[in-house]
Amino acid sequence: MGLKHLISIRDIGKKEILNILEESKKMEDVLNSKKTLKIMEGKILATLFYEPSTRTRLSFETAMKRLGGSVIGFTDIRNTSVMKGESFRDTIRVVSDYGDIIAIRHPCEGAARLASEYSSVPVINAGDGSNQHPTQTLLDLYTIKREIGRIDGITVAFLGDLKYGRTVHSLCYALSLFKDVEIRFISPEELRIPREIVCDLLERGVKFQEMETIDLEGVDVVYVTRIQRERFPDPNEYERVKGKYKLTLEHVKDRDLIIMHPLPRVDEIDPRIDDLPQAKYFQQSFYGVPVRMAILKMLLDQK
Amino acid sequence: MEKSFKVRPIENGTVIDHITRGKALNVYKVLNIGEETPVTIAMYVPSKKYGKKDILKIEGVELSEEDVNKIGLISPNATINIIENGIVKKKFKVKIPNIITGILKCTNPNCITNVEKVPGKFKVEKKDPLKIRCIYCEKFLNTIEISR
Repeated sequence: MGLKHLISIRDIGKKEILNILEESKKMEDVLNSKKTLKIMEGKILATLFYEPSTRTRLSFETAMKRLGGSVIGFTDIRNTSVMKGESFRDTIRVVSDYGDIIAIRHPCEGAARLASEYSSVPVINAGDGSNQHPTQTLLDLYTIKREIGRIDGITVAFLGDLKYGRTVHSLCYALSLFKDVEIRFISPEELRIPREIVCDLLERGVKFQEMETIDLEGVDVVYVTRIQRERFPDPNEYERVKGKYKLTLEHVKDRDLIIMHPLPRVDEIDPRIDDLPQAKYFQQSFYGVPVRMAILKMLLDQK
Repeated sequence: MEKSFKVRPIENGTVIDHITRGKALNVYKVLNIGEETPVTIAMYVPSKKYGKKDILKIEGVELSEEDVNKIGLISPNATINIIENGIVKKKFKVKIPNIITGILKCTNPNCITNVEKVPGKFKVEKKDPLKIRCIYCEKFLNTIEISR
């Protein structure tokens, strides 16, 4: 892969992405065959979660254990030296001497990049504030590839919180590396896609539209996001936009598309949709394991 | 007459010419020159090329590369003249570097560089108009705040 760390999807090209997706398929086959791998035996993954997470952390841990490795880490900074005032850089220096690879989630944008500068082992960004979440992006791309069979030439509609949703930002960038992808941004005015992302898309010549009403005509993938309470400084603003962009059965039934969601969800998808063949969000969540297995293997193979 | 209206020549030091009109004081503020260094500032003087320009003459000081980079961020068309014994020894235009380290502060309050108090690092993605992206949080700078 040629990368020491996985910090931002902006650091990797289409070729590297396709390599990871290919490796992920092999890992999925291993998982399905119920075989246990031993390729990470004796290796330790350190998971440093400065912010709550269920899926990302558990799928990283599952991935490492399925590869035969073990896991250390924390999920609550109240039990760590961070509370004694230890600097983030010192924590990274220390932990990088304990583990063979680090997965980090932090509420500040840029934390994983800074960690990579102080770590002696590979660092994986498991989410930095509203910025990047590259392993989620790779599993999103893997879901599209597995469920539709291709990424080139598809139309993707993003629905909901496009302003704070880091998964949307990373995935948009990644999609722009593929041929003839079209994007539709559907959100309330106050949660529009940031101008930085629009600039990127314009520069890369990606076709996109912004709209406030749900229109899924011609869409191959609808990517729904949660309106995140914790990203709103003003609770009144949250209350006002919450639930305004809910995906209903009427929007999707009889349409040839897949529905994705990074999860957790609140009420942005009608539960009746869960049983439709188009609903792929739980499958998407499962794909997090083989994709993270592939990433762990590729980064540790580089070392 | 016009010559005496401007500023007297310096023997040794740096003349920063073609500063964007009205920006001379901003340039002066960000430079690392001693407090007692004699400086002459001329503002809104006629310029053939730009209509009006500012000039800054600093006696006895040769600017560092970092200082020159800072000037580029405030006034991209400025020229630097290094004067030795009353003669122009070197003349060059300021250049905006592709990577800027230290002299700028990220404008995103939630950027790790602002929380951990580490020097910022930025990538200049476009020079005209200036678009600078923080290498850490990946956001564009809203305003250019240059630290001294």
